[in-house]
Amino acid sequence: MNRRMTPKKSHEHWDLRIRPNSPLFDLHLRDVWNYRDLLALLVRRDFVSFYKQTILGPVWFFLQPLLTTVMYVFIFGRLAGLSTDGLPQPLFYLTGIVAWNYFAECLTKTSSVFRDNANIFGKVYFPRLIMPLSIVASNLVRFAVQFLLLICMLAYYAIFEGFRIEVNAYLLLLPVMIFIMAILGLGSGMIISALTTKYRDLAFLVTFGVQLLMYATPVIYPLSTASPSVKGIIAANPMTPVLEGIRLGLLGKGDMSAASLAYALVSSLVILFSGIIVFNRVEKTFIDSV
Amino acid sequence: MEHVIEVSQLSKLYRLGEIGTGTLSRDLHRWVARAMGKEDPFLKIGESNDRTQKGSGDVVYSLRDIDFSVSAGDTVGVIGRNGAGKSTLLKILSRVTSPSTGEVRIKGRIASLLEVGTGFHPELTGRENIYLNGAILGMRKHEIRRKFDEIVDFSGVERYIDTPVKRYSSGMYVRLAFAVAAHLESEILIVDEVLAVGDVEFQQKCLGKMGEVSKGEGRTILFVSHNMAAISTLCRSAIILQHGRIDFTGDVNAGIERYVRSSKSATGAVDLADARHHICAFSKLRSVRLMDAEGIVTSTLFIGNVFRLCISFELFEDIRNLEIGWCINNIQGVTLVGYVSPWEGFQTRFDKGVHEVECTVPFLQTLPGTYYVTVWVKRMGEKIDDEVERAIEFEVLSRDLNGSVTYFDKYAELNMFQHSSWRQINSIMP
Repeated sequence: MNRRMTPKKSHEHWDLRIRPNSPLFDLHLRDVWNYRDLLALLVRRDFVSFYKQTILGPVWFFLQPLLTTVMYVFIFGRLAGLSTDGLPQPLFYLTGIVAWNYFAECLTKTSSVFRDNANIFGKVYFPRLIMPLSIVASNLVRFAVQFLLLICMLAYYAIFEGFRIEVNAYLLLLPVMIFIMAILGLGSGMIISALTTKYRDLAFLVTFGVQLLMYATPVIYPLSTASPSVKGIIAANPMTPVLEGIRLGLLGKGDMSAASLAYALVSSLVILFSGIIVFNRVEKTFIDSV
Repeated sequence: MEHVIEVSQLSKLYRLGEIGTGTLSRDLHRWVARAMGKEDPFLKIGESNDRTQKGSGDVVYSLRDIDFSVSAGDTVGVIGRNGAGKSTLLKILSRVTSPSTGEVRIKGRIASLLEVGTGFHPELTGRENIYLNGAILGMRKHEIRRKFDEIVDFSGVERYIDTPVKRYSSGMYVRLAFAVAAHLESEILIVDEVLAVGDVEFQQKCLGKMGEVSKGEGRTILFVSHNMAAISTLCRSAIILQHGRIDFTGDVNAGIERYVRSSKSATGAVDLADARHHICAFSKLRSVRLMDAEGIVTSTLFIGNVFRLCISFELFEDIRNLEIGWCINNIQGVTLVGYVSPWEGFQTRFDKGVHEVECTVPFLQTLPGTYYVTVWVKRMGEKIDDEVERAIEFEVLSRDLNGSVTYFDKYAELNMFQHSSWRQINSIMP
């Protein structure tokens, strides 16, 4: 070992160079791929630890959306008398809740990823992107379980209540819808997470903001009943075509066009990439500010 | 030998004080400066990181223009006082944080152990945690599977492998965690004082494993510890950091020697002219000096060693019943032990003038850490006449006391060590 002052010749091969700044568009995606096993294990951890601490265990996956549906039927359906586009109220609300929950969970969990994992992040390196990705993937498991519940309820209404299921080609778009929800939640969550490391105040706004956003998304009302004055705002929300599209595919009623879907997809991708970029910038130094 | 780590011109800046207040205005300031093509206005006011001196700026260099390189298969001990930049260096090498300027070049896979058991989840079983922790440390699943039996074997917790780790004793937890880390397949291993955990037998096993790793497999190890015994056993070379700069690189024994000696000079001898004094009716403390067994002035002592304190004071009149005393305080200000001249039958008659007395303590009892000396003079049985609190700051280093590796670091609530003898009286075997 010795001390040297001269910089090394550049032709020599080094596996890793640690520098203050890396190129803006270096997204470390190959690094993320190398850690894919960690991603799988983290998803497993989330799933196992979720039900290990509870008495009812995985039943909570069902109970939560069901209770919310009952509440919505009572408040928005009965008391407020909001339209559900002629669809059975429980089906209408449950569809909205299951989809919205997935997006909202991805967003809120991702937005606190630095704070929640400050301890691990401060002690060991792995591509930080793994953490938000694992959140999205864990929630996908949960979404799948809840979606199953939705199918069961749909079957119940078809058999006992005579609800005519209009399965149509739009259902094939479901993976696209899930993809949009995932990347939108991930992207905006990462942008917020990056900002909260510097401006803590934002953390308090997230829960409130998500709630507000829910009312700007056709979760408890169909887009068709929105008044023309606010329709423009609601349509600008990339989540709107997603929710309308899922309803269209599953329940046969929804207000989605190819253009609005394309808009949702493109804007989500833009948010995702900006999210990854700011996330990667912050991950390098965030540990100095916690 | 081929270099596997090269560090050039590495610096790291930290902002002092409260982070989070005024950052928005500062960011705006920075953006404006950048937009106008000027330098970052907050990067200029950096100072070297000497925590004994209060700097004027609120940004300091934790590391400043560090250059060194490490050859393949070398074991390097990183030595330095608290705040010298050791942890920052390790964090940069582990990619937990990124440098402010400069570059590090690395050949081969690098694994770092800044803590054992990072990411352990209490609800998961030992088996599940081995996989999770291994993956966090950068192992692939098939690698962990291949080494699984070896890991369990090394940890010695085979019986509990399917029990959630929240039911483990802390010792078992650490054993399992270290076992995973010890089986990492990386060419470079960075270790930060994780050895200061677990029982002695397990520590020896870990040291053995690390030694085996560096010699047998040609792995390169960077090891940070306050434990000079562990460093001299394990490392071949040493890097000394001081105030964020490199003070020394080279052979480990020369390094330790230098580290201990480097703390002599000014800090081991303190002139009390500017210190805060007491009433000083008839006396005034002038200076204090801390010395090791050979009489070399130092502010770094080893636990269990002989050391001396010289106190110089002035009397404005003849005193017939003078008491000179001093005590050791820990960082929290708790007084641990006191030494008073009349207790030892030392003379109490002093004439007007300047006197210097020396107090020798045969065995330094305080555990490794930072301590302060408070000195006083007074008439026996009366109120204190002159006293200087925190007259000297000194650091106690760990050393081998009984031929085994000592691990004091993990007992934050304990302050003192005293020799005791142990014997077995009875055992009941199941």
